[in-house]
Amino acid sequence: MYSQGLIGAKTETTEDEAFLAAFQARIDAEEKIEPNDPMPEGYRRTLIRQIGQHAHSEIVGMLPEGNWITRAPSLRRKAALLAKVQDEGGHGLYLYSAAETLGVSREEMTEELLSGKAKYSSIFNYPTLTWADIGAIGWLVDGAAIMNQIPLCRCSYGPYARAMIRVCKEESFHQRQGYEIMMTLARGTPEQKEMAQDALNRWWWPSLMMFGPHDADSQHGDQSMKWKIKRFTNDELRQKFVDATVPQGEFIGLTFPDPDLKWNEEKGGYDFGAIDWDEFWRVVKGHGPMNRERIAARQKAWDDGAWVREAALAHAEKRKARRAAAKMAAE
Amino acid sequence: MTKNQIPLWEVFIRPRNGLAHKHCGSVHAADEVMALQAARDVYTRRGEGTSIWVVPSAAITASDPENKDENFEPALTKVYRHPTFYEIPDEVGHM
Repeated sequence: MYSQGLIGAKTETTEDEAFLAAFQARIDAEEKIEPNDPMPEGYRRTLIRQIGQHAHSEIVGMLPEGNWITRAPSLRRKAALLAKVQDEGGHGLYLYSAAETLGVSREEMTEELLSGKAKYSSIFNYPTLTWADIGAIGWLVDGAAIMNQIPLCRCSYGPYARAMIRVCKEESFHQRQGYEIMMTLARGTPEQKEMAQDALNRWWWPSLMMFGPHDADSQHGDQSMKWKIKRFTNDELRQKFVDATVPQGEFIGLTFPDPDLKWNEEKGGYDFGAIDWDEFWRVVKGHGPMNRERIAARQKAWDDGAWVREAALAHAEKRKARRAAAKMAAE
Repeated sequence: MTKNQIPLWEVFIRPRNGLAHKHCGSVHAADEVMALQAARDVYTRRGEGTSIWVVPSAAITASDPENKDENFEPALTKVYRHPTFYEIPDEVGHM
């Protein structure tokens, strides 16, 4: 999700040299930065952007999978999918809390998501057309997310790193349940196998795009690496993901929709074909198949929940006033 | 939208009896009943705890990181507060 989190981040900062050098020395010594510590404005802004977009990705990510909860093929699959979608909601909440420690409010972040000012991972702007897509999302999308998130457990910002540790512990179940769905379909009837193959065909390239632009085209990568917000570049993580995933797909007899995909003995990894970056930017800029629907769904949830938020606050106020009155009467 | 913000609560969980409650994160909730409910849903989906505390974040008073040195440095220079500062002959045995 998550290297895309830097899209739109502004890393420039205006502090004097001595301040920046002292901060960098702490980073280089692998000291964690905690919420009230002095930090460059660029560091704070970059993290707010990245953690906020990461949180939005978790929340919007509930939508494509939620689409299949009522149509899961068995009670076992349905229970697992419900638990997974609930986890994604939890991950969004851990991350919003981490971002809030940097001085941004939950309401501001929600507003930015709904207005389109903040992004979320491009992957969630693709539709889930068949049950096999739920398998493909768990296996590929959560697989790619884990690749990205494991190094984030060592991010220099303490609250983000701690949130990532919780997320990574829970994410492994997501990937395994997805792969199990794919494996079951791939070993089923010819129609089921075809469904699994079709899902892989549609999700493979968008999954590779999750790691964000090539290093050469990534504007904010260098500063983020220096501040140890990121530990690996987009291309390094993408390569790791391809190397880990291709044998898993071959094991269950599926083929990858890339004629240029082949093992390169010399580099000890797979070579793969060119990514369609026009498609990537189109989706990031709001013109993917599901962008409008995703934001409309979030907007509806926010609007429909307004009376609940208002009622809960009014109820809390009323109880507080009653308690105060009872205390006064007793005195 | 900035008015009527839903209050923030810090969440502490006791993993099992015999261990102390430990800070694990925060939640937004209108009141303490909803805060406990949200904390249960967000932080104990996999048997992480047997007891939860929620505390309004606004009720916490924290030390200032700027004063870290004057607050905590003196402890480092008082080596005589540690048992290894005192030399006891081996013959005395474990003490």
